[in-house]
Amino acid sequence: MIDTNLPAPPGIEGQGFFATALDNVVGMARKNSLWPLPFATSCCGIEFMATMGSHYDLARFGSERPSFSPRQADLLMVMGTIAKKMGPVLRKTYEQMAEPRWVLSVGACACSGGIFDTYSVLQGIDRIIPVDVYVPGCPPRPEQIIEGLLKIQELAQNESTRRRDSEEYKALLESYSIQ
Amino acid sequence: MPFSNEEILGFVQHTIGEDNIIEASEPHGLLTIEVKPEHLIVLVGRLKNHPDFQFTFMTDLCGMHIPEQIGRELGVVYMFHSWASNTLIRLKTFAPIEAPLIPSMTAHFNSANWMERETYDFYGIIFQNHPNLVRILNVDDMDYFPMRKEYPLEDQVRKDKVDEFFGR
Amino acid sequence: MEQLIKTGNNLPDVFSSDSEDFVNELVTLNLGPTHPATHGVFQNILQMDGERIVSGVSTIGYIHRAFEKIAEHRPFYQITPLTDRMNYCSSPINNMGWHMTVEKLLGVTVPKRAQYIRVIVMELARIADHLICNSILGVDSGAFSGFLYVFQEREKIYEIFEEICGSRLTTNMGRVGGMERDLNDIAIAKLKKFLIEFPAVFKEFEALFNRNRIFMDRVIDVGPISKEMAMDYGFTGPNLRAAGIDYDVRVMNPYSSYEDFQFDIPIGENGDTYDRFMVRNEEVWQSLSIIQQALDKLPEGPYHADAPHYYLPEKDDVYTKMEALIYHFKIIMGEIDAPKGEVYHAVEGGNGELGFYLVSDGGRAPARLHFRRPCFIYYQAYTEMAKGMMLSDAILVLSSLNVIAGELDA
Repeated sequence: MIDTNLPAPPGIEGQGFFATALDNVVGMARKNSLWPLPFATSCCGIEFMATMGSHYDLARFGSERPSFSPRQADLLMVMGTIAKKMGPVLRKTYEQMAEPRWVLSVGACACSGGIFDTYSVLQGIDRIIPVDVYVPGCPPRPEQIIEGLLKIQELAQNESTRRRDSEEYKALLESYSIQ
Repeated sequence: MPFSNEEILGFVQHTIGEDNIIEASEPHGLLTIEVKPEHLIVLVGRLKNHPDFQFTFMTDLCGMHIPEQIGRELGVVYMFHSWASNTLIRLKTFAPIEAPLIPSMTAHFNSANWMERETYDFYGIIFQNHPNLVRILNVDDMDYFPMRKEYPLEDQVRKDKVDEFFGR
Repeated sequence: MEQLIKTGNNLPDVFSSDSEDFVNELVTLNLGPTHPATHGVFQNILQMDGERIVSGVSTIGYIHRAFEKIAEHRPFYQITPLTDRMNYCSSPINNMGWHMTVEKLLGVTVPKRAQYIRVIVMELARIADHLICNSILGVDSGAFSGFLYVFQEREKIYEIFEEICGSRLTTNMGRVGGMERDLNDIAIAKLKKFLIEFPAVFKEFEALFNRNRIFMDRVIDVGPISKEMAMDYGFTGPNLRAAGIDYDVRVMNPYSSYEDFQFDIPIGENGDTYDRFMVRNEEVWQSLSIIQQALDKLPEGPYHADAPHYYLPEKDDVYTKMEALIYHFKIIMGEIDAPKGEVYHAVEGGNGELGFYLVSDGGRAPARLHFRRPCFIYYQAYTEMAKGMMLSDAILVLSSLNVIAGELDA
């Protein structure tokens, strides 16, 4: 069962005040307000639409506003097959997102090319952009997509606020030639 | 009521001449006639404008590559449907691989526009008088025609899938 | 809306920056592959005079997965998952169409019970496809609630599919020669429950849109298409029927016992967006009626053909009987050759005539397999239809044409 009650981070409580570390509060805020950019290309996009519907509501995790503008999104959800013709478009969309940004790769085609081992399909989006969480399936059930989102939430909560400036992260972006 | 295959074959023989029909057969009951590219447009025009037959709908257009037929390797297969009488026919035409020139069916049907672009993209068949014959589905800078039989299916530069595990 | 000046290889010269259109203040707008209004990845580069579209160029191929090339390397039963992913909103129709094509080539007759089960799943898939199209048309015109009601009902259809074949969306349902398993009691109970509960919800959905003043103002007389233009551009399916021509493959060339069922073909008058919406709504009602008839008249009998060369034997037999073991081995390893020949079979898909042209030269995989994809053929007319329209109307026309990217590019 997914527990959607939000526990308070560890801290000291008193009459009218609550003291905790800043990282905890920032983590809690980031985790529950991820705005996704649904980059839905094919069949996994329809399962995402089912996830957004009222049966498997995605909005209760804070993703109430799916933004289609990369400048206003935190989470890039790539759902569906990415062909080589689409690769530059995906890359441009990723580059337009502002830090902190996460990438969720939904479906077998986005993770590794899926059943399409052909000349025209990119064999996995991690060839062109760094990916945080992979959700396998063809298409994955909405419960799996939600679990992927929960893992991103864990990452968002536990990430240090200085991670994006660290050398390791810069080296990762260098390896993809992303400035 | 569908017209019989003999009637239509008779009309085709009358229109372009019996010697110009390379092959006529009825696989699974569907009349299939192979003609030379130069007779194609006239024949289709007569079939479309015929007062009884009225083949006014082009159902499909696709390419074929048969490497064994020397001199006639690349071809196009057309399917026409007459809704008034519910008759279907199939026309085929082939051209040599060195000069795959076939006249464009956009003269009679606007729906042939993208279907011929797709056939060009996959097989490299040049359609004469096509308004905009460029690639449609593959990337624009691709320099070969992927559906031809000599090219492999898989991307040859991928490193993560080891061919010997897949039996290739 | 962002304004991007885009030049590409196959754009006509009028789009380059030294043409006189810069002087005439025409704006080039890239309704790009990723856009909330385009469901699926296709791009339209529009030249606009203010808010009106003057001309446009469509580029597609952003999800080209080379299905036809893959099909030349796979045995017949492995091509079914590929057909799933063409029109993924109604995949059972694609699967059944493919199986019928192979059965035509092999000369296998399918028993009545299997045909009726096929009709039930195909009509359920058609309902699912039309529900998506109409609710997304509502979302595009600003009415979001219809989408939520409808997707709850689609969950029920998914549950029925899951009971029949195990998968929700990309179903890989049925086998060459029939179905892989019979309808069990749970599936029949779910079907009956669906048939009782769905009409009330769909009436609510229709009440939101059909006589809604705002919706009608937005979609009546938007994007009309004449009968001649529709036939010329190869339209089939609900888009053609909205223009006034009653061509339906289920009636003209019936397959899988459709001639046993009584249903009407709804047609529209002038082919505008409202007509397309209403035709799809009415087709949902007709599909419900067909499912009810099929469920009432479901005959007893085997659910697959007696074709041991092509239909896998039961697992019990494989473990105990010699011939079943040999057939199982031969079918899986591809030792059984298909007859030579070429066959074309068409089914009425969610968007129109979905055709399969199969050429076999006797081997395990087809020599050539071509999918006649309705979306690909009728989408050519879009830039013609969008000329002279306001941008927001053009978005609604695109939405009502029900272009599914998987079927567009294949």
